[in-house]
Amino acid sequence: MAKYIIKRVLLAVLTIFLVATITFFLMHLVPGGPFVAEKSISAQAQAALNAKFGMDKPIMVQYKNYMLGILHGDFSLSLKQRGWAVADIISSRFPVSARIGGLAVLLALVIGIPMGSIAALNRGKWADNLIIVIATCGIAFPSFVVCTVGMYLFGVNLGWLPTFGLTSAAHYILPVFALSFYPMSYITRLMRSSMLDVIGQDYMRTAKAKGLSSTVCLFKHALRNAILPVVTYVGPMMAYTITGSFIVEKIFVIPGLGGQFVSSITNRDYTVIMGTTIFLATLIIMMNVLVDIVYKIIDPRIQLQ
Amino acid sequence: MIKKNPLSFQLNVDDFLPATEEERLSLAQLRPSVSFFKDAMRRLRKNKVAMISLIVIIVIILLAFVVPSFYPYSYEQQIKGALYLKPMTYSLDEQARIAAGEKIFPHILGTDNLGRDYAIRVMIGSRVSLLVGIIASAIILLIGSIYGSVSGFFGGRTDLIMMRIVDIIYTVPDILLIILLSMSLQDPLDALSARPGWGWVETIGVNLISIFIVFALLYWVGMARIVRGQVLTLKQSEYVTAARALGASNKRIIKKHLLTNCIGTLIVTTTLQIPSSIFTESFLSFLGLGVAVPMPSLGSLASDGLNGLSSYPHLLLAPALLIGLIILSFNLFGDGLRDAFDPKMKS
Repeated sequence: MAKYIIKRVLLAVLTIFLVATITFFLMHLVPGGPFVAEKSISAQAQAALNAKFGMDKPIMVQYKNYMLGILHGDFSLSLKQRGWAVADIISSRFPVSARIGGLAVLLALVIGIPMGSIAALNRGKWADNLIIVIATCGIAFPSFVVCTVGMYLFGVNLGWLPTFGLTSAAHYILPVFALSFYPMSYITRLMRSSMLDVIGQDYMRTAKAKGLSSTVCLFKHALRNAILPVVTYVGPMMAYTITGSFIVEKIFVIPGLGGQFVSSITNRDYTVIMGTTIFLATLIIMMNVLVDIVYKIIDPRIQLQ
Repeated sequence: MIKKNPLSFQLNVDDFLPATEEERLSLAQLRPSVSFFKDAMRRLRKNKVAMISLIVIIVIILLAFVVPSFYPYSYEQQIKGALYLKPMTYSLDEQARIAAGEKIFPHILGTDNLGRDYAIRVMIGSRVSLLVGIIASAIILLIGSIYGSVSGFFGGRTDLIMMRIVDIIYTVPDILLIILLSMSLQDPLDALSARPGWGWVETIGVNLISIFIVFALLYWVGMARIVRGQVLTLKQSEYVTAARALGASNKRIIKKHLLTNCIGTLIVTTTLQIPSSIFTESFLSFLGLGVAVPMPSLGSLASDGLNGLSSYPHLLLAPALLIGLIILSFNLFGDGLRDAFDPKMKS
C-alpha cells in the first residue's frame, strides 16, 4: 500500500512539474514579450518594465526564478491588474468557484446515485426509459448549451430566477444546476450499469434467500458494491467542474476563478494565466491521486500493483 | 443397385454408393458465408436508434456541405437594412421588391447584428464543427493506434516507458493546456503564414490549426490505451506466431495482423471520438479561442448570440441546440456501432 501511494504521489509531482515547465515555456514562445502590444510605452519604459518583472535575464534564469518562486507560493505580479499579486487574485477568487463547484458535485452525487439505482431496479419500465433519455441528453449537451437554454427559459422567459451575479441563494440555482447536469447524467449511467451488474451477483441471491429485508439487501449489499465505480469518477468529475466553471462563470457573470481565467486570456495577462493554470492543474492532479488511493482503501478486492 | 448376398453380414451396400447430384446440392452451403463486417452491419441495421441517428447525421452533413453551395446567401454577405430580422421576415427594402413582384428567398432563421443571413451562418458553422470533429478524430486514430500497437507489441521496458508517458499525459488537465497552447501558438503560426508557401495556414485559420495540434499532442492517449490492450491479447494468437515463423517483419505483423484485427475497436473508438472533439471545439470557440472571424463555428455563434438573449433568443438557441443534436446523434450512433461490432463491450 505504502509503495503504491509513494509511486502515485511521485508521478503526480512529476506531472505537476511538467505542467509548470510546459506552461512557462509556452508563455515565452510568444515573441516580443507581453508589453509590446502597449503602443504608448517608450523603449525605456519597456526596458524598465522588463527589468521589473525580471524579463531581461536569460530564459533559463527566469525559469529557475519562477519555479523557485512557485515553491514559496509566489506566483509573481499580475501584468495587467496593477498592484495585484497573482496569488492574491487566486485566493480571493477561488472560494467563489469552490462553493459553486462543491455544490455542483454534491448535487450530481445526491441526484445521480438514486436516479441510476431507480433506473436499474425498474429495468425496462417507463421510469428506466425516462431516466436514460434524460441522462443521454445530459451527456450530449455541452455546459454552455444547458446554461444558456436554462437562462432563457427560467431567467428571461419565465422570469423566475436571476440571470447574473451571485448575491442571493436564488442566484446559485441556475449555475449550480448547469454545472452539475453533465456529471449528474454520467453518474446516473454509471450507477445504472453497475447496479444491474451487482443485482445479478450470487451474494445478492444469498442475501435474499437468507431472509434479509429488501431494504437491507438494497442498502447494505447492493448499494455499497455498486457505488464503487462512482468513486473512481469523482476525480475526473472534479476536473470537469473546474474547467466547466470557466463557461458557467462567464455566462452568469460570477466573480470566480474561472471567469477570471477567461478574462485574463482575452487580456493576455500572462502571469495570471500561468499562475491559475498551475494552481488548477495541481488541484486536479492531487484530487485524482487522492481519489485513486481512497478507492483502493475502500475496496480491498483491488490488487495493489 | 448391387445385389446383396442374403447370407452375408455385410452392411447395406447402398449406403456406400456415390452421392447423387441432388444429395450433393442439399449439403452444399446455400447462403454465402457472412463476413465479420457484414454481420456487424446487419446488427447495426436492426438498431432503430442508431439508424435514426445515422439519418440525422446524414441530413446535417448535407446541410453543412452541399446546401450552402446553392444557397442564395453567403455567410459573410451583409444585406443592407436587414439587421436583426426575426425568422421568416423581410427587410423594408426586400418587402418593396416583393411588392414589385420579385421573388426573394426567405431568411429562415432571420439575420444577425450585421445583417447576415443566419441560416447559412449556422450551416457553415456546423461545417466547421463537423470538419474539426472528423479531422481531429483522424489525427487521434493515426497517432493512438500506432503508439498503442507499438507499445503493446514490443512489451517489456518499451511498454513500461511508453505507458508512463501516457499516464502523465492522461493526468494533465487537458482544457487548461489547450487554452495555453492555442494562445501561445497563435503568434508563431501567424509568422509562419506570412512566409511564402505557407499561405494555407492563413486559409485554414491559425486557431483551427492550434486546435488540431493540441488534439495531436494530448487526446490520443485514450485510443493508445485501448489499442494496446487489444494488441496485448492479439499478439498471443497463433496467426501471429505463424506470421513470425514465415519471416514477417515486426512492421508487417503490426500493420497486417494486429491492427486489422482490432478494426472493430478502432471504428467504434473513432466514431465516439468525433462528438467529444466537437464538444471541445465548441467549448473553445465559445471562449473565443476557436475559428477566426468572419468564419463562424457553432460555439462562436452561440457565444455571440448570448449578448442579445432577451430580444433575439433564436440567435442563441439555433446553434446551441444544433450542437447538442450533432453530439447526441454521433453518441447514439457510436453506441450502436459498439453494440454491433463488439457485443461483449456493451455496457
